[in-house]
Amino acid sequence: MGRYVARRLLQMIPVFIGSTFLIFAMMFALPGDPVRALMGDQAFDPAVVEAIRHDRGLDLPLWQQYLKYLFELVQGNFGTEIASQRPIADIIAQAFPVTIRLTLFAFTFTVVVGIGLGIIAGLRPESVRDRGLLALTLVLISMPSFVLGYLMQYLFAFKWGVTTPTVQDSESFGDLLLPAIVLGSLSLAYVARLTRTSMAENLRADYMRTAVAKGLPRRRIIGVHLMRNSLVPVVTFLGTDIGNLMTGAIVTEGIFNVQGVGDAIYEALFRREGATVVGIASLIVLVYLLASLLVDLLYAVLDPRIRYA
Amino acid sequence: MRGAKSAKWVAGAIVVALAATACGGGSGEEGKKNPAGKPAGYVSIDVGEPQKPLIPADTNETNGSYVIQSLFTQLLDFDAKGEIVYTNAESVDTTDSKTWTVKLKSGWKFHNGEAVTAQSYVDAWNWYANIKNNQQNSFWFADIAGYDDVHPEKGDPKADKMSGLKVVDDTTFTIELKDKVPYFNYKLGYATFAPLPKVFFDDPKAFGQKPVGNGPYKFEKWTHKKLIQVAANPDYQGPNKAKNKGIQFKNYATLEAAYQDVVSGNLDIIRQVGPTDLPKYKQDLGDGAIEQPYAAIQSLVPAFYSKTFKDIDPKVLQGLSMAIDRETITKTVLNNTRTPATSFTPPQVKGNQDLGTDVFTFNPAKAKQLITEGGGVPENKLFIQYNSDGGHKEWVTAVCESIRKATGVDCVGDAKPDFPTDLEARDNDQVKSMYRGGWVADYPVNVNFLKELYHTNAESNNGRFSDKEIDKMMEDADKASSLEDAVKGYQAVEKKLLEKMPAIPLWYYRINGGHGKGVDNVAVDFHGDLELTGVTAK
Repeated sequence: MGRYVARRLLQMIPVFIGSTFLIFAMMFALPGDPVRALMGDQAFDPAVVEAIRHDRGLDLPLWQQYLKYLFELVQGNFGTEIASQRPIADIIAQAFPVTIRLTLFAFTFTVVVGIGLGIIAGLRPESVRDRGLLALTLVLISMPSFVLGYLMQYLFAFKWGVTTPTVQDSESFGDLLLPAIVLGSLSLAYVARLTRTSMAENLRADYMRTAVAKGLPRRRIIGVHLMRNSLVPVVTFLGTDIGNLMTGAIVTEGIFNVQGVGDAIYEALFRREGATVVGIASLIVLVYLLASLLVDLLYAVLDPRIRYA
Repeated sequence: MRGAKSAKWVAGAIVVALAATACGGGSGEEGKKNPAGKPAGYVSIDVGEPQKPLIPADTNETNGSYVIQSLFTQLLDFDAKGEIVYTNAESVDTTDSKTWTVKLKSGWKFHNGEAVTAQSYVDAWNWYANIKNNQQNSFWFADIAGYDDVHPEKGDPKADKMSGLKVVDDTTFTIELKDKVPYFNYKLGYATFAPLPKVFFDDPKAFGQKPVGNGPYKFEKWTHKKLIQVAANPDYQGPNKAKNKGIQFKNYATLEAAYQDVVSGNLDIIRQVGPTDLPKYKQDLGDGAIEQPYAAIQSLVPAFYSKTFKDIDPKVLQGLSMAIDRETITKTVLNNTRTPATSFTPPQVKGNQDLGTDVFTFNPAKAKQLITEGGGVPENKLFIQYNSDGGHKEWVTAVCESIRKATGVDCVGDAKPDFPTDLEARDNDQVKSMYRGGWVADYPVNVNFLKELYHTNAESNNGRFSDKEIDKMMEDADKASSLEDAVKGYQAVEKKLLEKMPAIPLWYYRINGGHGKGVDNVAVDFHGDLELTGVTAK
């Protein structure tokens, strides 16, 4: 088990280097020069543009820029932004905690409500409440997140005045409630459906009949035998979903004015701050990798037949 | 038992993950103070994160400019009509338009208590102009004698002081220019000409994060990407003393989010209402809605090197101009956010004139006739280049539709994904036929809209329009010894431009913003910035 984890962790290194290089090269290939763009529509002095480019090492060829970047990164230095000259580590340190809070919140919401609804529906397939869940999830899946975002904003902030329309303080969990619900609602629909289907299917499995025949209490049948087996596909989905929640929040962050990772990466991309984009994207890659490792380990917990050596 | 063992492992992994997030998450300030909370008497406005550190000569985008203008005061400023109002200067005089004498008001102090002297200005300007310091606005000092020594086109500077700047006494200094510039005092109103205290030179980098100015507000704090807060300076002596207790510049990811906050009272002022909210903002905000024209223009600029417009007869461009139904497009597609243009300069600048022409009036029949007389558009097709991230697509489509209907010339939008890409194509002479050009006044004189755009050597002349006669007329006008004569000279240039058509002016900008019930007296200055010092909190 320990060796397996170590191997997986070591495998992450080439993946990490490869992905940073790919993103770096893509940023390099994008048209539009960040220093020139700083000058905007107005008049400027080309000599100054050249001097700044030289200063920030932007006049070097791609491979030199990348090696320099990687060399610094290994020493824990993410570099500095071209325009603001702030350390990129600062930008990351500011954006990630906000997004992590939002993600954890949305994720908890997805897991608790999604699995809960799935169980309620899955235990009585084809019943009224099952149909009801189907309809509800259909609505959630087909509704784009910005529609849901604006709708919630309108209802909660303007119609009922329960909250402020945007997040005033991204450190307060109360403020993040609404965006987290909006963010989590799409995954919630998927989780509920997956749980429901998987349970409905396993209800008819042989081992369930055996369990009932053994005379086990109903709580134990559902809680241990049924749930454990039914959660494997759900956990797979949730694992990749953590990454999605962290990166896919650009729209939601925009509506509720949360200055998180989505906002940071969008702005960096727009201003051609290559190093910032690579830094943030690499961390997201890491999140994905760790989440998938966690999922693989969870399989073993849920299904004892799966073993890692 | 295998299962139980792996459960332990997983539990361990989860604990580690949670601990990691907790380390990143807890910034140690939770529960102490609500960072979004606004102190009483402060005014909040949606101004985003400045792109660069807060140094006057390194800022030209709006977000940074707003903050710089609240912290620094230059020699002079302009009123809503574009007339000069002296702020830090007692007077700025000249007899020959070449040597200017600046007298400062005495008793002014920087926020750290240091006196604002002639030396503070001269040292600051020498530093700004030096090529070593890579200041974005350094070319603004190019008129001053000795600029080429501190800012050569290539290589290291030969001197660290411009010979044209001389300190006479504590409150007087003289500026000698390379050539006559009759409107030089107007240029001095640009934020770049601000003075700097001595602490700046010790550590410019730290200063850029925590500037010390001489303006109506003192710097309080900068929470990156969230908020910049400045407090009113009680010792300020200028005419634009703050009528509120301070300003909060709040960063919003979208115009829509900012608008929602204004409507619900969580934000006082919004500079520009987003397109989705434009149709209803007047009902929502009532008296708080702000709609006012300002000195900025949007034009279609032909690329005179392109296949379409190489050696084109100006008549064709005049015809195209007459094929655009400005009235209807500004009213419908643009929701009244623009005013149809009637000349190359906006009405707020000195020297704006009625050109007495019908070139800017929609007239399909005459448009068609002029284009035919001029030999038509090559291949009967043209492209309008624009950046698709700036809300231009709608009007470009409408303009194209208008041209196509009126003249039969096929017109297609050429979208570039974002502004940097758009600029790159312009710089590298890769515009297919014409591009969307925009220009906001730096100083309220017609020169700013003519010389900086249509002189052969102008940096922003990306259409590469070049006409010896026009260049000559501009250079002659610059030699005038009074501002009035220079402005008149440029008025003649503008009339001549109508025959040459270096661009097709479309419309002037209007600001469409608003404020909530918590504040009052929100006024707009000549180039569309809100005058924050006059805003009162209720």
